[in-house]
Order: sequence, then structure tokens, then C-alpha cells
Amino acid sequence: MALLWVTSPHAHGAQDTTQVMQTVLLATLPGVAVMTWFFGPGTLVNILFGSMVAVAMETVALALRRRPILRTLDDHSAVVTASLLCISLPPYSPWWLIVIGMASAIWLAKHFYGGLGYNPFNPAMVGYVVLLISFPVQMTAWAPPRGTGVEVPSFLDALRACFAPQTYDAVTMATALDVVKQNSGMTMEALWRESPQLGRWAGAGWEWVSLAFLAGGLWMLKKRLFTWHAPVGMLLSITLLSALFYDDGSSASKGSPLFHLLGGATLFGAFFIITDPVSSAVSNRGRLVYGALIGALVYTIRVAGNYPDAVAFAVLIMNFAAPFIDHYTQPRTYGHRARPPPT
Amino acid sequence: MRRLHDFHGGIHPAEHKAESTAQHIQSAGMPDVLVIPAGQHIGSSAVPTVMPGQRVLGGEEIAEADGALSVPCHAPTSGTVLAVEDRPVPHPSGLSALCIVLQPDGCDEWTEPRPFANPMNADPLHLTQHIQQAGIAGMGGAGFPTALKLSPRPGKPIQTLIINGTECEPYITADDSLMRERAAAVINGSLILAHVLGNPAVLLGIEDNKPEAIAALEEAAIGSAVEIVVFPTKYPSGGEKQLIEILLGVQVPSGALPADIGVVCQNVGTAAAVHNAVVNGRPLVSRITTVTGEAVSRPGNYEILLGTPIRHLLALAGYDATVNQRLVMGGPMMGFTVSDPDCPIIKTSNCLLLPTEEELPTPPPPQACIRCGLCAEACPASLLPQQLFWYSRGRDHERLEAHNLFDCIECGACAYVCPSHIPLVQYYRASKAEIIAQRQDAERAEHARQRFEARQERIERQAREKAERREARKRSAQAKAAAAATDGEKENDPIQAAIKRAQARKAAIADAGSKD
Repeated sequence: MALLWVTSPHAHGAQDTTQVMQTVLLATLPGVAVMTWFFGPGTLVNILFGSMVAVAMETVALALRRRPILRTLDDHSAVVTASLLCISLPPYSPWWLIVIGMASAIWLAKHFYGGLGYNPFNPAMVGYVVLLISFPVQMTAWAPPRGTGVEVPSFLDALRACFAPQTYDAVTMATALDVVKQNSGMTMEALWRESPQLGRWAGAGWEWVSLAFLAGGLWMLKKRLFTWHAPVGMLLSITLLSALFYDDGSSASKGSPLFHLLGGATLFGAFFIITDPVSSAVSNRGRLVYGALIGALVYTIRVAGNYPDAVAFAVLIMNFAAPFIDHYTQPRTYGHRARPPPT
Repeated sequence: MRRLHDFHGGIHPAEHKAESTAQHIQSAGMPDVLVIPAGQHIGSSAVPTVMPGQRVLGGEEIAEADGALSVPCHAPTSGTVLAVEDRPVPHPSGLSALCIVLQPDGCDEWTEPRPFANPMNADPLHLTQHIQQAGIAGMGGAGFPTALKLSPRPGKPIQTLIINGTECEPYITADDSLMRERAAAVINGSLILAHVLGNPAVLLGIEDNKPEAIAALEEAAIGSAVEIVVFPTKYPSGGEKQLIEILLGVQVPSGALPADIGVVCQNVGTAAAVHNAVVNGRPLVSRITTVTGEAVSRPGNYEILLGTPIRHLLALAGYDATVNQRLVMGGPMMGFTVSDPDCPIIKTSNCLLLPTEEELPTPPPPQACIRCGLCAEACPASLLPQQLFWYSRGRDHERLEAHNLFDCIECGACAYVCPSHIPLVQYYRASKAEIIAQRQDAERAEHARQRFEARQERIERQAREKAERREARKRSAQAKAAAAATDGEKENDPIQAAIKRAQARKAAIADAGSKD
């Protein structure tokens, strides 16, 4: 047997990138399960179809770029991007919406920049924003959650909605974020009494979906897939800002901290989106700043902007700023008095 | 109880230490031939002083130190010098270097041992010389000449002597077995080192995964000035800078030496070698090396004569060539592969690792860096390995230096945790080499520029001076001529007078002619 001639280290730890991606996929399961319970199988169909489209597009891109196909597909990153984007899409989205979203995510955001590891922007969020700007009607058509008097669609309905959208009559309902944003003149207490879709704290169904994603996120944190810095930064700044403008639940209130934490995509974003390491800041301190600024943007766009939620925009804007944050948050190296001066 | 400190990062790889500590230290015996490299330490290689065919005794100096940053080599036994020539040596480059090839005669005849009488009252300078003459260089792996670390530095007294018994790399138990079985030599050697350094505080640092060694040391240290400090196991605690931070809570400034903050670190093996040299009067001719890995059936620690070819040890340890996949000199984190089993064991060889493919799998092709940051979490120097990787691929030397590439100690923790199996350390080594080469180029270019400019200036100056001299000569000649002209009017210059006479004559003849 010819002896290997390689450089140190010779030992290697247990984790590999494929496992990291698989862990992320597993961590989405509780959230997806709760979404399916409250909104029906729409999201499941999104994810199944979206993943197939994403893998096909990734294969095409790799073939065109002459990269090893099977070995690269094995990193599971295309399926992760597809799942994250499909969770963000409204359930019962038509097939073409998903295809356009995947093309934007896999081709435009990822392979045009050089593939996994080289994308400056979060691919799933690029796909989401392209769709939101181009197809606002489809992108804001959220199904009503279970418990608001509307029947939850069946799996067959979901397939029909996806592949024969013209034959499917979508039932939609304003989300909790919309209700609070469009409120004028009612105190929070009155608003909650009037609107069944507000649920207990942050929207019927939504609050449980958020808690399920929180559980998945905490599990990933425990498995050391990422550090606490970015999620904590984001959640802290949202909490602070919403507490500051809560206004004691008056008619001018923008919603309580609990509402903003459990509502919309806050927790999903905090643990599944902004923790994407490729497009975020690199150092722990940098990630804390990065998360906090995303939180501030999410809150600002939610209460002052025109869009149903703000996580995607906030993340993309901070993706731009990540190198800038890195520049000023380089850690102090061993044996150095201070951080290296910015060059 | 001393307050311990933690350093940033670090990892907990599988230890694999039990395999090689099941037995006591065994002698590796006498090989057929000893190949003793002249350079077994950092610094200039020793210069061989023997000729082929010459008979030498055990302990005889066979190569002398070349300056202060060097140590001599000694014959490990009596025998005949077969050759003084280039042979493969254990070095990451895989290159050959000058070696003295010695054929043992089996008599093991020795020179008279030269113990140092009453060392604890001796002059530190004499002791330092004795330690250098015994050929001792750091035995933890780097091989820095020990005497140089002991030399006094004016105005910089040493407050702490740290004896490094950490042995944080997996698999290696050479220091562990030494501390278990020869604790007294370690402690006594430490006290001699302390005496040389002006009696600073002596801390012997050891990881808590070596309970037998700790017990032996504590017993041996009773009543002495050596304090045994036990701290939690974490790789790379045994790195000099990390150990200083653990024990003292201070960091060695970047680019400085531990001595600059009043600290000297020595390995336990070095301390034992100092004891052997000073008390027993024996130079450094053997060391304890761990031979381990699943490709050997009798892993353990062997007392090995320096220069023993690896091949001899393989036979001794029950080596199975059919399952071995790489031959590592050192541990699995920082060791380097050796391709030639005729390479010898040298002063810095603490381990010979012979793994199977299942044990240390061949690295798979690297995947993309997803900047997950596990490397930054693991880095004991608080660097950003993912950024260094990025800049290293882009050959962005300016940013590499701004991100303190040269503070990387190449411990391998980043590559160990990298989920994409990227050989990060290899990138850093390559970039360091590139930058150093570039600096040297720049330095050479700067020298050349300075020399060119100096030469230009010299040529110009010479030309100017020549011109000035010429000008001066011209001026003086003119001045002389002018002076002569005026002088001629005043005085009776014979030439002028002659000219006048001639003119008068000419005029007279012309006059006469015109009258005709």
C-alpha cells in the first residue's frame, strides 16, 4: 500500500456540511408539521415540488458550469434553499410561482455568483423578494388557519392549487400582521376581541407555528450549527423597539413585543434565515450586530412599510452590510492589544 | 489553589492515549545502524567532526555546535563511522540532509561520564554551557536549543519557569510515561533549570487526563519549589502561548518571546534530559518515543537511541504494512507524514503514528466553505480562519496580514472542525511561505536599489570631483599664466627679453633691408 503524503492535521471531527444541511432540514419539521395542521397540506406540496425543481435547476447549473454534479448535489444545499423558500411562500401557491422563485434563488442568487459559499445574498430571500415584488397578489394570499370557521383544504385540493391553479378557488384571509397594521382607532384589547385571526397573542395558528420553529431553532443551536449571537441580536432589538412603541396597547399601538416576536416570520427568520452563515457577518460580535440591525429593520418595515412582513427585505439589506460589519468587528487576536485597525 | 484561566477556542478530539500506556517504557534495543542527522534542532546544523572509518565511543561528540543557535551531536553507542553523507531525514519537506552513519560494534563502550559537581551552587553560565555541550534541544517537538532559552537577557529577569507536561495531542504519551516513571528526574531537572534562571517560580502544567503522572509528580515534588498545576484537557493547551495564558492569565504579545514577559517554557522531556546531563553527566543520545496506531500490534513507549531508523521500530512494534496508510512523525494534529522508513528518530521525535485507513480516513475532496464559523470558534489565536481561507485563495496578502495570518500557530483545530474538510492549515502555510518569499524579494530589491543608488551617487561624485579638479587645474594654470603675464611686465623675464631681442633684431634687419 502506497503511503499517503499529506499535511496535518490528520484527524478530523465528526461534522460535515452534508450533515449540517440535513440537520437544518430536520429542524424545519416541527414548524412544517404545525403549519400543515393549521393551514393544511399546502406548504408540504410547496416543499416537495419546490425541492424537485431546485435539484433539477441545481443540476442544470452545475452541468453548465462543469462542476462535479453528484458530489455537489450531495451537500443538500439546494433542498435547504427550496424548503426555506417554500415555507415562506403562501400555502397553495401555483406551480409557476414556485418555479420562478426557485430560478431566482438557485440560478440568480446562487450560481450566478459562483455557487454555494460565494453568494452574497440569502438565496431563499432573493427568491422571495423577486416573487413579492412581481406577484404581490399571489404572494399575499394566505390561507385562513384552522379554527377561524373555514375548512382546511385536503391534500388533493393542495395538488390542484399547485398544478391546476385555474380550477382551485383559493380562500384567503388577512394575516395578523395586516390586521394590526391596518388598525385605526381601536385599542389592542378591542382589536383582539373583534378579530378571531389574531389568536391568543400573535395570530391564530401563527403563534404555534412560530413556537415550533423556535423549537427547531433551539435544537440546531444545541447541535452547535450556529452560535446564539445573530438570533439573540435580532430578537432583542425587535423586543426593545416594540416595547418602546407599544404605547400601552392604545389605538396608536404598533403591537406588543410578544405580538412581534411570535407573529409573522420573526422566529423562523431568526433561527433559519439570518443564521445562513454564507451571507451573514462572520465573527460572533459581527453576528450580534448583524442580527440586531435586521431586527430593527424588520420592526421598521413592518410598522412603517407597505409589505405584509419584513424579514426578507431586512435580511437582504443587511447582506449588503455584512462585509462592512465584518470590517469593524474583527476579533482581537491572541497577543494583540486591540482589534486590528481597519485597513 | 492557583486560579486557572481559559484560552479562546480549542477542541476535544478523541484521545487514543490508553493504547500506548498499557506497558512500561521499553528499550528499543540496538539497531543495525544509526543514522544521526547533524541538524536535529531549530537553528544551524552541527558540523560533523568525525571521518568515515573512525571508531567512536558512546557519548563522544561527533558533530560540534555551529554557533549559539546550535547544539552538538553525540554518538549513542560505540562503533565505527560508516559514512558522513546526505540521508533522508524526518522533515515535512521529505528532503535529505547531512547525517553521520554509525555502525554499532555491540560493546557499548562509553566515554567517562562528566557529571556536574554540586550544580545547585554552580555558576548559571557554566551550567548553561554544560547543557549546550550535552546537545540538549527542546524535546516537545520544536527543538529550540535549550541553552539559548536559559541565557540571561539584560534587564529582563525571568519570573516564571513553566515546565510543559501538557502533551495535549491525541495518541502521544511519551511525556506521560516519562512523568509516570521518571518523575524525580523531571522535578530535579526543573530545579536545575530554575537555578540557572535565577530561581523564578516553577509551575509544572499538566492536563487532567494523566492522573498517574500527576500522582507521581506530586509525590516527587514534595518539599520542592515545583508547583504541579492540573488543568482541564483541551487541545491545544500544550501550545506555549496557550499554556502561558492558562497558568498566568497573560498573553505573549504578538511577535515577542515569552521571555519578554518574564516567562520561560521547557518541556518535561527537556527537564529530564537536563537532569541526565548534569547529574549523570550523560549527553542527550536517546529519547522516549510513542509508537502507536492500529497498524502496530504492540503500541507503547520506547526508549530509543537517536538515529535509530523507523524501520527498526516498526519491526519491534509489530507493524502491519498491509493495513497502514500513512506514516506520521508526531501526532494526528501537527505531525507530518514521512515517506521513507529509513528516516531516523531524532531529538524532537515524540511520536510515530501508524494509523489504518479506518482510523484516520483519507481526506475526502473538500466541499465549499459555507463560512459556518466553526473554525473561528475553535481557533486558539482568535483568528477568523474562514476569512484567512478566503484571502488565501485570492492571494490577498495585504488582507491576510491585516487578519494576522502570522499569529496562526498551525495547530490544525480549524481544519479539524471544518465540516467541508478544507485543508485550511495547508492554505495558511502556503500563504505564509508566499508572503515570506515576497518580503525577502522586496528586501533584496530594496538592497539592490540602495546599492544601485549608492553606486550612481559614487559615479556622479567621482565625475563631479574629476570635473572640479580639472576645472581647478585649468583655473590655476590660467591664473599662473595671467600672473606670469603681469609679472613679465614688471620683471625681466628672460624669455620675454629674448623675444624682445629677437623682435628688435628682426626689426633692425628689416630696417636695413628697406634701406637697401
